[in-house]
Amino acid sequence: MTLLGRLSLEALPFYSWVAMGGAVVTLLAVLLPVLFLSYKRLWPWLWREWLTSVDHKKIGVMYIVLALAMLVRGFIDAIMMRAQQAIALNNEGYLPPEHFEQIFTSHGTIMIFFMAMPFLTGLINIIVPLQIGARDVAFPFLNSVSLWLTAAGAGLVATSLVIGRFSTAGWTGYPPYSGIQYSPGVGVDYWIWALMVSGVGSTLTGINFIVTILRCRAPGMTLMKMPLFVWTTLCTSLLIAFAFPALTVVAAMLGLDRTLGMHFFTNELGGNMMNFANLLWIWGHPEVYILILPAFGIYSEVTATFARKPLFGYRSLVYATAVIALLSFTVWLHHFFTMGSSASVNAVFGIATMVIAVPTGVKIFDWLFTLFRGQITFHPALLFTIGFIVTFVIGGMTGVLLAIPPVDYQMHNTTFLVAHFHNMLIPGALFGYLAGMQYWFPKAFGFTLNQRWGKWIFWLWTIGFYLAFMPLYLVGLLGMPRRLEQYTTPEWQPYLIVAFIGACFVLAGLCAIFIQLWVSVREREQNRDTTGDPWDGRTLEWYTSSPPAPYNFASIPKGDERDAFWQMKQTRMAYRFTQPSSIILPANTGMGVLLGVSGGILGFAMVWHIWWLALLALISIIALVVVRSSREERVSIYQPELIQSLEKPWQTSLAQAGLIGDGDPI
Amino acid sequence: MTGIENLLLEHQQEELTNRELGFWLYLMTDAIIFALLFATYVVMFSNTAGGTEPAQLFDLSHVGWETTCLLLSSTSFGLAWLAVQADKRQTAVLWLVVTCLLGVSFLGLEIKEFVDLINQQATPQRSGYLSAFFTLVATHGLHVSIGLLGILVMIGQLIMEGRTAPVISRLFRLGLFWHFLDIIWIGIFSVVYLPVFIR
Ligand code: HEM
Ligand SMILES: [Cu+2]
Repeated sequence: MTLLGRLSLEALPFYSWVAMGGAVVTLLAVLLPVLFLSYKRLWPWLWREWLTSVDHKKIGVMYIVLALAMLVRGFIDAIMMRAQQAIALNNEGYLPPEHFEQIFTSHGTIMIFFMAMPFLTGLINIIVPLQIGARDVAFPFLNSVSLWLTAAGAGLVATSLVIGRFSTAGWTGYPPYSGIQYSPGVGVDYWIWALMVSGVGSTLTGINFIVTILRCRAPGMTLMKMPLFVWTTLCTSLLIAFAFPALTVVAAMLGLDRTLGMHFFTNELGGNMMNFANLLWIWGHPEVYILILPAFGIYSEVTATFARKPLFGYRSLVYATAVIALLSFTVWLHHFFTMGSSASVNAVFGIATMVIAVPTGVKIFDWLFTLFRGQITFHPALLFTIGFIVTFVIGGMTGVLLAIPPVDYQMHNTTFLVAHFHNMLIPGALFGYLAGMQYWFPKAFGFTLNQRWGKWIFWLWTIGFYLAFMPLYLVGLLGMPRRLEQYTTPEWQPYLIVAFIGACFVLAGLCAIFIQLWVSVREREQNRDTTGDPWDGRTLEWYTSSPPAPYNFASIPKGDERDAFWQMKQTRMAYRFTQPSSIILPANTGMGVLLGVSGGILGFAMVWHIWWLALLALISIIALVVVRSSREERVSIYQPELIQSLEKPWQTSLAQAGLIGDGDPI
Repeated sequence: MTGIENLLLEHQQEELTNRELGFWLYLMTDAIIFALLFATYVVMFSNTAGGTEPAQLFDLSHVGWETTCLLLSSTSFGLAWLAVQADKRQTAVLWLVVTCLLGVSFLGLEIKEFVDLINQQATPQRSGYLSAFFTLVATHGLHVSIGLLGILVMIGQLIMEGRTAPVISRLFRLGLFWHFLDIIWIGIFSVVYLPVFIR
């Protein structure tokens, strides 16, 4: 036993050129921003205004920055795999098998945990408190802790590129392969600790938003008057709170097997690996809906706004969401139909799975009927929504196919499945997040995104998606297994080349996202959102300035009606301001960052068996929590004069736009 | 400035009620963790792999003492809570100290049980069954340790800060946690120990 545990110089990635390249790129991606910030002397500003912030809007923005960085990272993995498979007919391609395995594992892990989860959490953070007319979330400090734990998890995955290796066991990490006997390195431990650290963050987020939505709504906003995005957030948060404990348990057990030599999932001495499959998917299937429900909420908001109509079948959308959330706990076995359950058990779970198509179908029709005879504006956000509706139906139908156990026996583990779940995750979830970004960006930053580039993003991603994944359905039907590093069947290659071309379109789409940001920032003066309501919106987030003041609303709006803000505008009751009174907000604190850093160090130390460091990190976590709970909470107070001066510019613009007519301004 | 003071009070009130709901939700997530550990234990019950059988492992009187300590500690926590309600700070601190001692005794007994088992070669590495047993019971024990730390902190806060609203609210939540652990223990007693003795 040494001071550094298993850590030695051998951990550096000198084993392959590609791995070294990855390490160098990762280091540069960290170093360049650090150098830039130091050169511009921006650290104090960053620390004061952002890192220590407990403001839900800033936390949301930081989540999305993390998500976009991870989208790039996850996509680099994806296109590397597509390039490998496009050329690896009867040859090794350019990636050795071990490295290819690391890449599909990190791609899956990163896309789910560190791209999709932060993206949706970020959007929820920015918008939900505004939509329910709240000043902040119920637990602002906990919110900051969640963010930094998520970032710590992402940090662990990124570290594995430079120090040591990542898991080769796929994003699901099935034992016994992921056990210590077959995966003796540090890779699986990185995977376990990244999941556990960020999983705690997600659980806290779930609890936070349940309480926020149940307890912090504007007066008059009963549950059935909440915007649909709030409803889907509530269901997602409940799913998080119920499902993530299972992930924690299963990851911890695998960790105990690996680190302490226990036998939960091993081949010998009474281990039972089926228990892993059960526990993992008891979390894993609800997770799919955790990712997708918020996107459904975004599509609903976008559809109503850009069709200028109230949502068709609001109640049915709410009930469909709730039913989907409930059913999502009853279908987990469909992920292992082929692993030895009896035919009748398989049949029950197959039927339960098909039943989910019913509420989902209800939603599709609701969106279509909302669009029907609406006054439609083809904003990029609506394009994404329409692209989603069309494409998602294909994914849904292939899902129902896979839910038939005998069919699954044919298709499981082929690229047909890969095509199916990407069909759900990209048009289903990611398009929703991108739509949300196009739609709500002005609320967060005060200027709109360039719509021409927005349309480019949409078309490139959509064409890219079809080209990259439709061939996978076909080549899956031809029998190509997933996770294949090289192959000897010439008939597969044309499909894989088309898939690679599709990935190139997606690459262009990814670049377009950043070009759009660049162009929009440059043209921000022309595209200022001075009224806070650029799309003639319906819900309360548009009834405040863009970006909103730290306290969101100078006086809390009423939520008596569904589409509360739209109703106010119709009855000319909007923008009637009263004298504000003082407002109390929690003060910023660096504790969240410190807890995140400690969590990351704990994970790193456990991965490398550096026990003293792990103990130190644990003590620091305990100390931080004790100190935090023993100290008087610090707050900042906004006096009426300050509020008035903060509100002045917005009210002036409203007056100039002729919106404040009949009420009298302050 | 009474306006501001009222506002601060209101802010605090709201925050504390939110925390109560949040804490109930946290307990729910913790309950799920235990539920899954229980399920795993049941699934692994016969996976002893030729090692020690459950029936040979446990000693009824030992478990009886553990249970007594923990149940009494819940009672003394309840008495501490009543004392706080009745504005008797010293009594409250006293009962918390008693709770702490009972909790420490429970932990001591549990550790002794574990050490004895390990000395009989019944280690968590011996079989899937024993892995599940140790993990379930030790997770409960870990929670008790965290609870003890919480009680120490609350004793400190009661002495230093007195009966302020945040302190009372924290004590209430700690109480929920402590009684929750009691309920989990009753689960462990019924699922892990009782079936073996009945047989
Ligand atoms: C942006 C375009 C994307 C491309 C080109 C792409 C490509 C790929 C490829 C080539 C694989 C390996 C397939 C195989 O095993 O043969 C894969 C696996 C996977 N992808 Fe993607 N992907 C993309 C986006 C996403 C997104 C957005 C998500 C999630 C939100 C995602 C989640 C996954 C998961 C979970 C796996 C399985 C990993 C494993 O086998 O363990 N992907 N993807
Ligand atoms: Cu599923």
